[in-house]
Parts: sequence; C-alpha cells; structure tokens
Amino acid sequence: MPHDHSDHDHPHSLLPSDPALRVKALETILTQKGLVDPAALDEIIDTYENRIGPRNGAEVVARAWSDPEFKAGLLENADPLLAELGFYGRQGEHMVVVENTDDVHNMVVCTLCSCYPWPLLGIPPGWYKSDAYRARAVREPRKVLAEFGVTLPEGCAVRVWDSTAEVRYLVLPQRPKDTDGLDASALADLVSRDSMIGCGLAGAS
Amino acid sequence: MTRVHDMGGRFGDGPVTPEPENVKFHADWHPRALALTLACGSLGLWNIDVSRHAREGLAPKDYARFAYYEKWIAALADLLVETGALTADELAAGQAQADSPLAKKMLKAEAVAGVLARGGPADRPSNVAPRFAVGDRVRLRAHPENVTVPGGHTRLPAYAAGSQASIVRMHGSHVLPDSNAHHLGEAPEPLYAVALRAADIWAHPEHPDDEVILDVWDSYLEPA
Repeated sequence: MPHDHSDHDHPHSLLPSDPALRVKALETILTQKGLVDPAALDEIIDTYENRIGPRNGAEVVARAWSDPEFKAGLLENADPLLAELGFYGRQGEHMVVVENTDDVHNMVVCTLCSCYPWPLLGIPPGWYKSDAYRARAVREPRKVLAEFGVTLPEGCAVRVWDSTAEVRYLVLPQRPKDTDGLDASALADLVSRDSMIGCGLAGAS
Repeated sequence: MTRVHDMGGRFGDGPVTPEPENVKFHADWHPRALALTLACGSLGLWNIDVSRHAREGLAPKDYARFAYYEKWIAALADLLVETGALTADELAAGQAQADSPLAKKMLKAEAVAGVLARGGPADRPSNVAPRFAVGDRVRLRAHPENVTVPGGHTRLPAYAAGSQASIVRMHGSHVLPDSNAHHLGEAPEPLYAVALRAADIWAHPEHPDDEVILDVWDSYLEPA
C-alpha cells in the first residue's frame, strides 16, 4: 500500500516565513544548483503578463458571433479550431465551449483548486482563485452573480461547471443587441474576461 | 473525510470581489512563484496530479492562512525535497550544497514558448470501455476519498459525493488522478461530464432549474 507522505514532513517550513523571501530563497538555491534558469522565469512571466490573456478568448467569441459555421464547430469540438487559431497550450489542452442562451446561463469554477483555460483567458484573476468564489459559486451562483452586477431573468437556469478534470470550459456569452454592423475587432471589445467565465454579460462595461 | 481544499458549498466566506482585467498579479513575488513552479515541472520529477496533491497535502492551518501563491511555493519546496532534487539542509541554509545530476533537464529560456505551447494533454487510449452514455442516470461514489490510498488525492468534491446525476457529455478517456498522483500509473478511464440538480445537493437551492456539472471518471460512478 503506497503511503501518503503529505500529512507530515513539511520541508517548506525550513524556508523564511515571509513569502517574498521564501520565493527568493528557493530561486537562489535552484539557480545555484543549475535547476532553474532565471531567464526562463522572466520568459514565463512575460508570456502570461503580456502575450497570453483574455483578448484571445474575446477574439474566439467575436468570431463565433459572426460566423455560424465556426460557432457550430466550436460548440461541437473546440480543440481543432482553437489549435488553428494558435490558442492551444498549457491548461487548455481539452477545451469545451458552452453557450449562454435566453434559457441557460453558464458559469465556470474550480472548487478543488483553480483550473482555468490559460491559452484563452490567461492567468486566473484573484477572485476566481479565492475561497469565497470556490465555496459559493456552486451553491449560490445567483448571489455571486449579483456581486458582479448581473441579474438573470426569472426563467433562466444557471448551469455551473466545476472543472474537476483536465477539461477546461469557456462560456460563449450572448451577443448584445444592436451590434449588427460591428466588425470583429469592435465585437471583441464587447467581450469581457468575466463574461467568458460566466460572471458577466458581454457588452456590459 | 475530506481535505481542506475541498470547499465547494462551504458557508462563511463572505463576498466575491471583482477586479479589473489588467490586474494580473498582486505582488512582485507572485509571478516569480508561478514561474518557478512551471520551470521546476520541466525537471520531470512529478506530474500535475502529484503537484496538486502536494498543495492539498499542506497542513489545514497552512492551507487556510497561506495566500494562493504561498501554497504553490510551499508545495514546490516540499516536492523538491521529497524527490531529492534539494535537501532539507539546503533549504535551511538558503544555499546549494552540491551540484545536481538533474541540471541537464533545466528549462532554458529559449525552450519556454515551446513547452507552454505543447501543454500536457491528459487524454489516453484506455482498455476500460465506457459503462455509460449521454442521458444515463448514475450515482456518484458515496465517499469523496481516494479508494486505494488512504488520505490520497481524488477529484470527487464532497458536495457531489453520493448524489444522483445524469451523463451530459463524454470526454473520451483521461488519466486517473487518484492513481497518477501517487505514482501508481496513469490508469486512464472514460471521463464524463455529469449534471447534478442543485435541489439534490443543497438544502436551499436558489432555483429549481439550476444545475452543477462536473467531470468524473468511470470508477467514480455506479448505475443509479
């Protein structure tokens, strides 16, 4: 029987207690041992600070709003279409896109940790990773939505997707009314990050 | 019994605080902690399920008081010592005390883009045939626990354990975290999205039509 080591022996307590010093100490030791390249850390940070973020997802949503064939393919089997757009990668290997309608509002959470579609939305916001969101989104999604300023019509059901496996979910928000003449870039500007998690509506600022 | 990370449905946490899209991190050490964790993953000493279990395995008092990236860095330090990449003496001294044979696996800056773009898909061929199809009624395992390793990793949240559900989507076959987190093999199984009625899992559901959907492996299920 394999033993579960993790209930004792916590070496992390040997590091400084201040978290900034803790990270610094670990980076120093790992760099000295040749296990970490500080330039690689800079590269990872630059990727998620400046290159991969929710504008990727917004581009996908805007395209789905204006291209029915793309939208149908996206809802049926998203991965090949997203890969073609260059939005495949770490924490987005198995994507499912779920569509909001007049009858169903979708919302995404990870109650067990912080699973999130990185290639489309970047690093999750603080609130997505918070105990409050993880605890409450499944039990009282409408109260959580109210804290984002969203109130759903009485007849609309809420479907909360708890990301318990390596499948990552993206919400396809409803296209705002009176947006017929807008091009892809103007449509993408209407798509907030929160609307693609299901905690906002597109077109609401 | 569950671990502290399994908080779905818990009471008492207070409001959720929205924040603007341009806020990525809240302190300079946050992105550093993230990057260190990703870079160390390339050493090949563990998989994603092992690293999740390391965070969940923090003492409950630490899990509760640590900020998000503090959990990451604590779990990383624990894993590095557990796998022998670093020694406890090195952590205590804040200095390396010997070269590492793993240095040849170090993630180089020029390899970062490729590693992030390749990701780590979890789908695998499996010799376990799906027992269920879309529309089938099922019941989730009664105990939100690892059935092989006491106190081990599982992805069945406590709020869902024992509930009736309907299969709404087939995801193919995926690595089983309950096995992979303990270096017991990937043991791939069919993975399904199942829908639970809010009214079946909460005493005070907000709306009769609301549902919670989660992803579960074949062995988490029995016919209803």
